[in-house]
Amino acid sequence: MNNLPHHKRGRMVTLSALLFLLAVTASAQDWIRTGTGLGVEKVRLAAADFKPATQDPKNTDLLKTFNDTLFNDLDNAGIFDLVSKSFYPLQVPGQPSELNASEWNASPAPNASMLAFGNLGVAADKVTVQGWLYDVKSATTSPQVLGKQYSDNATSDAVRVIAHRFADEIIFRLGGGIPGIAESKIYFVSDRSGHKEIWAMDYDGANQHAITHLGTISLSPRVSPDGSRLAFSSVLKNGWEIMMYSFDLNRMVSFTRFGGMNLSPSWSPDGVKLALSSSRNGYPNIFAIDASGGNSRRLTSGQGPDVSPTWNRKTGAQIAFVSGRTGLPQIYTMEADGTNVQRLTDQGYAVSPNWAPNGQFLTFSWMRKYGPGEPGSNDLYLMDIASKQWVQLTHDAGRNDSPCWSPDGRHIVFQSHRTGTDQIFSMLADGTNVKQLTFSGNNSQPNWSWK
Amino acid sequence: MKRWVTLVFILSAILLVSACKKKVAPPPPPPPPAPSAPTASLSANPNTVDKGQATTLTWQTTNATDVSIDGIGPVETSGSRSVTPTDSTTYRLTAKGTGGTQDATARVTVNAPPPPPPAPAPSLSDQQLFAQNVKDIYFDYDKGDIRPDQQASLQGDAQFLQQHPNIHITIEGHCDERGSTEYNLALGTNRADAVKNALIQSGVGGDRIKTISYGKEKPFCTESNESCWQQNRRGHFVYEQ
Repeated sequence: MNNLPHHKRGRMVTLSALLFLLAVTASAQDWIRTGTGLGVEKVRLAAADFKPATQDPKNTDLLKTFNDTLFNDLDNAGIFDLVSKSFYPLQVPGQPSELNASEWNASPAPNASMLAFGNLGVAADKVTVQGWLYDVKSATTSPQVLGKQYSDNATSDAVRVIAHRFADEIIFRLGGGIPGIAESKIYFVSDRSGHKEIWAMDYDGANQHAITHLGTISLSPRVSPDGSRLAFSSVLKNGWEIMMYSFDLNRMVSFTRFGGMNLSPSWSPDGVKLALSSSRNGYPNIFAIDASGGNSRRLTSGQGPDVSPTWNRKTGAQIAFVSGRTGLPQIYTMEADGTNVQRLTDQGYAVSPNWAPNGQFLTFSWMRKYGPGEPGSNDLYLMDIASKQWVQLTHDAGRNDSPCWSPDGRHIVFQSHRTGTDQIFSMLADGTNVKQLTFSGNNSQPNWSWK
Repeated sequence: MKRWVTLVFILSAILLVSACKKKVAPPPPPPPPAPSAPTASLSANPNTVDKGQATTLTWQTTNATDVSIDGIGPVETSGSRSVTPTDSTTYRLTAKGTGGTQDATARVTVNAPPPPPPAPAPSLSDQQLFAQNVKDIYFDYDKGDIRPDQQASLQGDAQFLQQHPNIHITIEGHCDERGSTEYNLALGTNRADAVKNALIQSGVGGDRIKTISYGKEKPFCTESNESCWQQNRRGHFVYEQ
């Protein structure tokens, strides 16, 4: 960071767009800050630790899990100015009758506008959680924004899910009606078992578990938009084939074998088609097939190699992909029928595009300054497709690759070699709030669920 | 005390056994009449056979009461028998009579079978030749076409494969660690196919050649420097049965 010119650091692009607008010039694009709701004051939210509602000895552990998960979810959301717990009053409410709004809206601290609070109690191995969101700032006669009650088995897994659901309710209500991501999943490749297998985890890195046990090399997991199936590719006896796992059946299901190399499947947003790279006709080209495996159509031609397709997640009308047709790989877009091929990147080594949920942006990995004397680094970039304007999201932090958008378009998950091994990180889509999610073995190619 | 008892018992047992032996010993035989010594002859016809063939042993004895042939056992005093030795064998006949013992031998030579014709595919030596002669093809960074300095290796490979038409091969496309997993797998596909196509152009049958890309999944060398990266950018030949 220190070797970058000061005048480039921390330049603010103040935009009131819901997500991003990249109205900046291409000549000064290092360290420009862009992000969610910049220029719009974030809601100042306090989240009090929930209180025990019963005397059950299990309460203590479950409350810690619940409180940590909820606070982390709200902090991760990227839309709140979350008030530090050190500013909170000593006595926090466990239910509305215990709430004293003036303690929470006092200026300068805690100066909260909204307060989440509630209680958790275990009885007969069942846990019940009551949660509220109150407007503590405006002197309104009906300050309750949310009131929710949840019941489930008294396990930490169940409590974590309840915390995610309550967090998502708050985020949905205060975040412009965009559903939260606290219940979303991330699929990825891990070699921690000795082979590269497909794994899954909660969006915050919890609950990591293997999906496949194939004992070969499995790569490029892509979950279907409805979350029911997972497409990926594995090397079998005769080459790379598209594989399909069913979450409804909890097992592998058969899928058409095409021969040659079949790689990098990508779901259309309606879940009807897959785009992939296949060399069944010779060179690796982009194909589209029905999700059933039939009706294969070749979309690109030439030596390529063409790989890593990603559909426009909003319209399903375009596909972005990587091609080495002119030398070093670059990012291209085309219509979903293969017409109107446009090159987006103009230099360097650009790979791994992922189309944003809003349809406007691509994120990808770019060794922008690649060339003699300019070793460069694989960093993540975000490009506005219409204007081809881009911003750099990662800086001076090892090789970064395989970015993938969260369903709310506010986050990006990616792999980075910054710790010396490949691990998975998440960040806000402006590059801030980076969090490491995996620590064991080598982990790569994260794919965020669609909801 | 106990030891004493044991010792006394053992000594008594020895004495008892000795006494028994003495009791049953036969009386000395009467002096025999002067007997005639036995005679014996043994022949094999034919005395040379190929492995698996039979030959006939024929023997005659006189003055013998007890005749046997090693490996066959007791036989009549004169006779013949068909045998099929697996290896060259010297048959020894022993004729015992009251006048003494007489031996006779006959040698049967078994010719070793002709060496079997060479196996249709002496796979081990083919594989060794393959390992000694076939050279991998190396590529430039991000390139899938065969560079001029690899043509000699490629022509040598093509020549070897033409001289050994039974050998099938898989060409693995490999890449260095730089760049994305997916792009490198696609690039490795082009590398493997470039080697395959060049071999086909040199006259090697395409049906003998499979290709597969491993991208950067199975590196030969794991350091992050150019010499290591060059090792990993290759079309690698694998011998298939």
